[in-house]
Amino acid sequence: MNSASVRRLMTGFYILLFFAYLFGPLVLMGAAAFNSAPYPQVTPWEGFTWQWFGQLAQDDQMMDGLKNSLIIGVGVVCLAVPIGLAAALMISQIHAQARSIFYVIVVSPVLTPGVILGISTLVFWQRLGDWQGADFESLYYDGFFLTVVGQSTFISAYCMLVFLARLQRFDRTQEEAALDLGATHTQVFWKILIPFLRPAILSAAVLAFLTSFENYNTTVFTIQFESTLTTVLAGKVRMGTQPDLSALAVIIIAITLLGAIVHEVLRRREARREAAAFEAARRAEMETDLASLGQEPATT
Amino acid sequence: MSEFFTVFAAVLAALIIAPAIQKHADRWWSGLTDIRFVQRNGVFISVYLVVAVVFWVLFMIVLPQLYMVDFSFRHNLPLEEVGGPDDVYTLENYRYLLFGRETDEAWLNWLHLSVFLRTIIASVLVTVANFALCYPIAYYMAQVARGGKARLLVICLIVPFWVNEILRAFAFRILFGTSGVINEVLQGLGLIDGAIDFLRADVGLYAGLTYAYILLMIFPLYNAIESLDHNQVEAARDLGAPWWRIHYRVVIPHAKPGIASGCTMVFMLSAGALAIPQILGGPSSLWFTQIIYDWFFQGLNWPQGSAYALVLLLACLVFVLGVMRLFKVSLGDIAR
Amino acid sequence: MSADVELDHVSIRFGDFTAVKDANLTIREGEFFSFLGPSGCGKTTILRAISGFSEPTEGEVRIGGRNMAGIGPNRRPTALIFQNLALFPLMTVAENIAFGLEVRGVPKYERRRRAEELLKLIALPGTGDKLVTSLSGGQRQRVAIARALAVEPEVLLLDEPLSALDLKLRQHMRTELRTIQQRVGITFIYITHDQGEALTMSDRIAVMSQGVIQQVGDGESVYNDPGTAFVASFVGENNALHGRVSQADGEFAVVDTRFGGLRGRNTRGLRTGDQAILFVRPESLRLVNGEAPANVLETRVVNEEFEGSARHLHLAGDRRGLALTQTNDGEVQRVAVGDTVRVGFRPQRAVVLPEGRLASE
Repeated sequence: MNSASVRRLMTGFYILLFFAYLFGPLVLMGAAAFNSAPYPQVTPWEGFTWQWFGQLAQDDQMMDGLKNSLIIGVGVVCLAVPIGLAAALMISQIHAQARSIFYVIVVSPVLTPGVILGISTLVFWQRLGDWQGADFESLYYDGFFLTVVGQSTFISAYCMLVFLARLQRFDRTQEEAALDLGATHTQVFWKILIPFLRPAILSAAVLAFLTSFENYNTTVFTIQFESTLTTVLAGKVRMGTQPDLSALAVIIIAITLLGAIVHEVLRRREARREAAAFEAARRAEMETDLASLGQEPATT
Repeated sequence: MSEFFTVFAAVLAALIIAPAIQKHADRWWSGLTDIRFVQRNGVFISVYLVVAVVFWVLFMIVLPQLYMVDFSFRHNLPLEEVGGPDDVYTLENYRYLLFGRETDEAWLNWLHLSVFLRTIIASVLVTVANFALCYPIAYYMAQVARGGKARLLVICLIVPFWVNEILRAFAFRILFGTSGVINEVLQGLGLIDGAIDFLRADVGLYAGLTYAYILLMIFPLYNAIESLDHNQVEAARDLGAPWWRIHYRVVIPHAKPGIASGCTMVFMLSAGALAIPQILGGPSSLWFTQIIYDWFFQGLNWPQGSAYALVLLLACLVFVLGVMRLFKVSLGDIAR
Repeated sequence: MSADVELDHVSIRFGDFTAVKDANLTIREGEFFSFLGPSGCGKTTILRAISGFSEPTEGEVRIGGRNMAGIGPNRRPTALIFQNLALFPLMTVAENIAFGLEVRGVPKYERRRRAEELLKLIALPGTGDKLVTSLSGGQRQRVAIARALAVEPEVLLLDEPLSALDLKLRQHMRTELRTIQQRVGITFIYITHDQGEALTMSDRIAVMSQGVIQQVGDGESVYNDPGTAFVASFVGENNALHGRVSQADGEFAVVDTRFGGLRGRNTRGLRTGDQAILFVRPESLRLVNGEAPANVLETRVVNEEFEGSARHLHLAGDRRGLALTQTNDGEVQRVAVGDTVRVGFRPQRAVVLPEGRLASE
């Protein structure tokens, strides 16, 4: 056994250990979801059961938190995606010096600790409400509004990055051609730019929703007296562990895997369609060449 | 809540009506169209761009932060007294962090200060441990594994992080609990007699923190190391350098921006972590963020909480600047 | 409906750089007009000013008599065919063609009908539902033209549309474009650096160099009666013989060149003592034995090329070599490389122009 193979063995061993550390807790947690023991554990195994899933569905607090998380997720998508798009469009149109400052400012929320974002959002809007003499029930103090705003502060930056990547491949002369043909700027925006950005809009929306859904640090400050799934979860876990939380984990993992598979399938389908169009173009070129040489194109 | 939807409905209505108005817009906005930006984008789009970006930058990023700073220097006044004669600037909140209440016996606010220091130091240690853990994997993925295998590894890395961080912390709680798997295994193997309370000993907390941000350390490292021309490593080996020297002199200097980026993110997320200390922390391992949380929702002293939050932010900034100086990288290198 | 285009003292500057200097011309309605010049001469800038993507720094652009200042590209009666075509890749052929109608609110049925009509005009019937990304280069070219024609512009602007096509296709498209223009009857403004294209397709040509319009005229006058040294050397091949005018009598002038006094048409009214260049085309030179017509010069054969329908002789010349082209009509003298030959030409076939910058400098 020479040093190279020893090293390779050790590397392999390390990688195995690493991924065991990575996956282990999750696998165990997932397995615990099916253990009928009243306390989430893998040993001793007391029997296979679905009961925890049922209990999960009946947990009002959890369902309420889930509903709120969904609402907030949709709200964040509606706020962060347009803002991210606007920022991406703007950034390409301003002076180079202003551009880097602008970039630093808008990316800073991503680097800021979530608790700081939550606190600053809470404090600012509350004070704004106080200053307006607003009613206690109004928007300025509302947990949903503040959570959407607080989360969007950094999620908009993620969306902006998604749009910037897609915009890099955009052929600007298409906009000019559309204008030249008589379209107004708004028509160019909706008929040319948005269709091109459609995949990016989808990616950004999914990203925004998922990031919002699983956010805790910012949400826990802005949500105040309401709850989201993550805050309910955190509360329950701190109080003690319960098997139905494992069930929730299994569900989330299953949904995520499903989403990943769907995404991959769609991506492959799109790639196949593009390849087919490219093939057709190549064939059309060949036929033109042959025709101009006075020959008949070969039947494929 | 109802106001929430009113605002949304108004925005939607505006978007729908916009094209109809567009046809007449030119007459109204003729002055506006002299601006080059408006010429390039049309009136409605320009308004949209400007409003969205200004709202974001001003009302969501800059003003709230500035206000939080301002707020931390004020007294905790009930609503009626705000704006009144008592509403002056004060260093009270910061002094409290250092010195505690005037009625306390001890000279310094040892409780809060020790928590703060422990948070920072623990975060540094977690960062270092995280780095040590991730570096070999990142190196393997970037330099040794071939294309397909590397992609598979990337997917394997990403999948666990789709699970919510709270559930991941929960999983660790199962693992490290008194009747958790690790205790069962160790007892089963006869290595220990009674169950070890890992949670009380903070082992669970540190393991959980190290685990939580693996992704954020690996990817910057991976990107940085991948850009290294493998021939350099081969050349160094060929010249007789032992493996540790190769890493120390060839790989690590090249990967400095990635290391700086990864360490910065892990430190800031550890120091600012809230869920994991709440879930995995034992009674003696209070995290600074938990104190901040309590100021807001138990002590109801928001200015105090803001001051503490600001101190945390400053600690993060100091760390980032320190790392930048130490590794001699600039801000642009870190922001991926 | 067609319109004329007037450029009235149009100058276009970008900061310190002057792209177009005092352009003055009128393009008549229904004309096929070309701007010819090397890259960077300002022709694209003029095109963009006419179509509305930039405003002239000085002067006025008028279309159909109306001043176009402040009117955006979407409201001008022009349509532009971009150099990269700029077809909309996510739309089908029919959707591309009908786009201009769609934004004007034309109903779907009518749009479809117009698209089919235009597809027939460009000889691509029934391809309406194909994606544009699946067409060949020549087909895309035609779709771009159809898309522009669909909005019934008064002026059609074409930005070097044939430069990306291969030779055979280019020649085929030249005829097609000309045919389409004659059939549709609108003003075509065409920019190119290829003088072969400009000469075969256009009613009139404007030759440009470094932002200045050097000459405007139809193909024959630009070729046979160039007004400046640049035009003479850019349009077609031309032999340049530098010297000083030693005699100027009415229609003709004699230029004192390296080869002695040579006589040519004095179209620019040069006077004795002026620095001048005498230009004579390769096809106007003849090998001379014995007889002595008005202009003879003696030189050496440096190279010889047979090109099928013509034979090119490269001779030792003034600053650069001289070129002589003989048609392959069977009555040709064979010469060998290194031979000394006598070359002559008739004075009517040569032009004396003021000293100036040549095309390749």
